[in-house]
Amino acid sequence: MLAPLSRALPLLVLLALAALPAMLSPYLMDLTVKILVSAIFALSLQLLVGTTGLVSLGHAAFLGIGAYVTVLGSPQGEGASLWWLLPAAVAGAAAYALFVGALSLRTRGVYFIMVTLAFAQMAYFVFHDTKLGGGSDGIYLYVRPTLALGGVQLLDLENKRHVYALVLASLAFTWGLLALLLRSRFGHALQGIRVNEARMRAVGFRTYGYKLAAFVIAGALAGLAGCLLAIQDGVVNPELLSWHESGAVLLMIILGGLGPLRGAVVGALAFTLLKELFASEGLVGPLAAHWQMTLGFTIIAFVALLPRGLVGIRWRKAATP
Amino acid sequence: MDLSTFLVQCLNAIQYGLLLFLLASGLTLIFGIMGVINLAHGSFYMIGAYLAFALAPYFVDQFLLMLLVGTLLAAAFGFALEWAFFSFLYRREHLQQVLMTYALILVFEEARSLLLGNDVHGVQPPAWLAGSIALGELMSYPVYRLFASAACLVVAALLYFVVNRTKLGMMVRAGASNRDMVRGLGIDIRLLYRGVFAAGVALAALAGMIAAPMSSVYPGMGGGVLIVCFVVVVIGGIGSISGALVASLLVGFVDTFGKVFFSELSGIGIYLLMAIVLVWRPEGLMKRGH
Repeated sequence: MLAPLSRALPLLVLLALAALPAMLSPYLMDLTVKILVSAIFALSLQLLVGTTGLVSLGHAAFLGIGAYVTVLGSPQGEGASLWWLLPAAVAGAAAYALFVGALSLRTRGVYFIMVTLAFAQMAYFVFHDTKLGGGSDGIYLYVRPTLALGGVQLLDLENKRHVYALVLASLAFTWGLLALLLRSRFGHALQGIRVNEARMRAVGFRTYGYKLAAFVIAGALAGLAGCLLAIQDGVVNPELLSWHESGAVLLMIILGGLGPLRGAVVGALAFTLLKELFASEGLVGPLAAHWQMTLGFTIIAFVALLPRGLVGIRWRKAATP
Repeated sequence: MDLSTFLVQCLNAIQYGLLLFLLASGLTLIFGIMGVINLAHGSFYMIGAYLAFALAPYFVDQFLLMLLVGTLLAAAFGFALEWAFFSFLYRREHLQQVLMTYALILVFEEARSLLLGNDVHGVQPPAWLAGSIALGELMSYPVYRLFASAACLVVAALLYFVVNRTKLGMMVRAGASNRDMVRGLGIDIRLLYRGVFAAGVALAALAGMIAAPMSSVYPGMGGGVLIVCFVVVVIGGIGSISGALVASLLVGFVDTFGKVFFSELSGIGIYLLMAIVLVWRPEGLMKRGH
């Protein structure tokens, strides 16, 4: 009874989300898009951390590169075509992921954490210190891209509803792709690497190649999220690549729960709402100015009390009759 | 580049490298012995710098005493912090350590903003270190920077002596190579951990206090330095103090001369150095055998 329901759940959520814009205020619409983009970003990291067991603390670099490619690739006077802009953003992020992955996967454990962080910082410095992307102020996306097919304009991303549709479709695509991957032989190999890499090697898998492939796919999907983020915000700056962002997305998947895809989505939702809640003056009063403090203590309490994440709560209740 | 410019840059590189060593040695000790990855290490550097700013009015002519008091305060703070937050992280995965220490950064930054505000401050070097020495005909070098290098060297020598020549150091080294065996031999590992952690915090804070008169004291100053420390630890090899020393100096030279020759892209230099080391020796330059 429960199993078919939980399998249909993603589809139901998707339908509900598709119907949402009709009843949302502009503020809630923006917030929802933010959550959906975060969900794509968190899903991309889930493949690395939750599935393969590779803790990367530099994932924001790929988000940032995707965002910068989107803005730098858009001409100032007219909207670029999404047909090539989106693939370019994804390819840019994937290319840097290939470079970082090839080097950082030579290390493991805590080294891997530090090396990914350091390479993300390197990308941060490229955008922060050179004039390539407007330096520390960042650059604006003057005209958002459009999507046309055979002369018919399908999407004009100056329109918020079109952005919403694009983001929702991208989330569905990401979820579908990862769900397929996890069921494939490749996905099983990645899970095997997380559980026991030495044994995977012993039975003949070249684990380096598998891990590198996972790293590049995760980077590419983060680039997709970055492209969407740039389109939504209309501005990019180096802070997108900062390690605070990398920490935040790691937090999302841990908050939601490591491993299952829904953990990433639940985590993105919970994290974004928590941040919004802690920074809202109407709800928490004078504490709002110090939301980082509240967030920090919440994380500490969370680590101490709920090591399995939000998805884990339901899990545990279901497991004990 | 003439000789005196070269000399000045060398001195700068050594000074920066030694300062990094104070930070990185604490980080590598804490990781090597307790197995905890501590993202909040940069915050201790920031706390040290703000400590120098806060204590300066009370110790007008006693700079060395101020460093001592500040270091002791930081050590006490580290002791309490280990007890409150870190002691239950040892058995957890790296991921949760990352998360917890990330949260601590947020808390420290906000606490700093509540207590001392978000302004950028300057700290004056003490009067007896304020001048500068002439180098050649045109160049001069500030005395305080020489003092900073010397102070770091003294601390490094002290650290080397304690770790390699005393019984305490023996326990620390034993704890780094085999935790369970040390516990089996009846050494109070919890106290040892607490002490090592306190020492790491004190070293980072001392680095911050020494750095305060050279750079301004500003919010977020811990973040950048933390990542440079990670680079040092990766290059040197985790848990190796001599590796940390070599790597710190290497990073100091690459960064300083990178700024001279490639001003705009200088930020990338040390990461490229790290990439090269990763290709060549992924375990770090001085990784001990297992």
